[in-house]
Amino acid sequence: MGTLWERLVLEAPEFFNSYNLLFLAEAAARTLGMTAIGCSIGFVAGLALAVLRGSRAATLAPARWLAVLYVETFRRIPFLVILFVVLYAIQPLFPDASLTAIATVAICLLSTAYLSEIVRAGLESVPRQQLEAAEVLNFGPARALFQVVLPQSWRVILPPAVAFAVMFIKDTALASHMGVVELTFAGKIFVERGFSPVLGFGAILVLYFALSWPLSRLGAYLEKRLAPARHP
Amino acid sequence: MPQLDIRDLHAHYGREPVLQGVSLSAERGEVVGLIGPSGSGKSTLLRALVGLTQPSAGEVLVDDRRIDYRDRASQRWLRERLAIVFQQYNLFQNMTVLRNVTIAPLEIQKRSKAEVEALATTLLDKVGMGHKRDAYPDELSGGQQQRVAIARALALRPEILLLDEVTSALDPERVNEVLDTIRALTREGITMLIVSHEMAFVREVSTRVVMMDHGRVVETGPPAQIFDTPREDRTRQFVSRILRH
Repeated sequence: MGTLWERLVLEAPEFFNSYNLLFLAEAAARTLGMTAIGCSIGFVAGLALAVLRGSRAATLAPARWLAVLYVETFRRIPFLVILFVVLYAIQPLFPDASLTAIATVAICLLSTAYLSEIVRAGLESVPRQQLEAAEVLNFGPARALFQVVLPQSWRVILPPAVAFAVMFIKDTALASHMGVVELTFAGKIFVERGFSPVLGFGAILVLYFALSWPLSRLGAYLEKRLAPARHP
Repeated sequence: MPQLDIRDLHAHYGREPVLQGVSLSAERGEVVGLIGPSGSGKSTLLRALVGLTQPSAGEVLVDDRRIDYRDRASQRWLRERLAIVFQQYNLFQNMTVLRNVTIAPLEIQKRSKAEVEALATTLLDKVGMGHKRDAYPDELSGGQQQRVAIARALALRPEILLLDEVTSALDPERVNEVLDTIRALTREGITMLIVSHEMAFVREVSTRVVMMDHGRVVETGPPAQIFDTPREDRTRQFVSRILRH
């Protein structure tokens, strides 16, 4: 252990220079950014799919069927596979697309599938009679969704949705396989440049924790806050 | 010309016929009591009238205008004149009492804030819920929620009010507070269709009573006829069984 410790002490000043810190910060921002953008777009698209699946109009039946197909398919494909499929699908069409953008598209595709299931469970937790009451008061479908159903679904939607985002902060590590310079890739670079793996991966470990811990706390807070009462 | 005219109305749940040709009309200011055993189609009739259950045949006329239940504009027109109160109250759980009462008049009927809030205050006082205007539904008893639901329906200024077993889900001791509220309304000349198992109440407030069974109207008449000298055996059987309780 002594030798490892001596090596860490020796490397630390060089490791924690401003260039490396900036590099780490950028990688952390990329990890967080891809997750935030991917999950936000995924949430909106997932909401649209969930609403579509909950609709009863006969004309939407083919669209509903496609939505089910999409959700069930993407939830069964490993994220790494989606990443490479998206990479090889996009690159011929948009040769200039950045790897980060491509990875973000892959995150959107996957998070849409998962979040639509989370949103659907939330929407279905609201009794159908709430919608009927809105209907007879002449609420249109959109107004009923945003003013009656969705506000009552947050307590069911938010805890698992936040948990999903926390999980995805970690899963973006897979994007390092296609060369996106996020946290895990940054760790590999440090090791390749000769730093001790304990130092390189130790630093990104701390950063992963720093990114996901506040979000986990937020999830726990929301769960506690939203659980008992149905009103805000 | 009757204000509400229902002609040979049919409705199905899946393949099950629940309304098999109901004809019924109500003059302005009439209070029509609908009685009959469970599953006789009383509640379905009210749901069909507001368009929550699509009628499969027959027609409904309000103020001599035929309602097209497949047409949004026609339904909107209908629902500005016809309000329903549900057995389970169905107040919006995410809104305060006041917001429940004012949201549709303000945001859908686009009426003025001053007028709507004044009316809501009057109505909430009338149903005895003025002191709870800032409470959320889950902080209220069933009877209190139902009184708010009645105020919410009245805030639309409907011409016709449908009451669907509004006391069936309540604790026995809460029933009277809601019945008192409705009793007061019947004196104000608003047309009402009341589905209820409270026979004494139906007898007291109705101008006309309709006995239904198996999705059909069995007999229609003044309360005294239906409850004391029914013409149909089915009515006699039902009434005697209910009144013996």
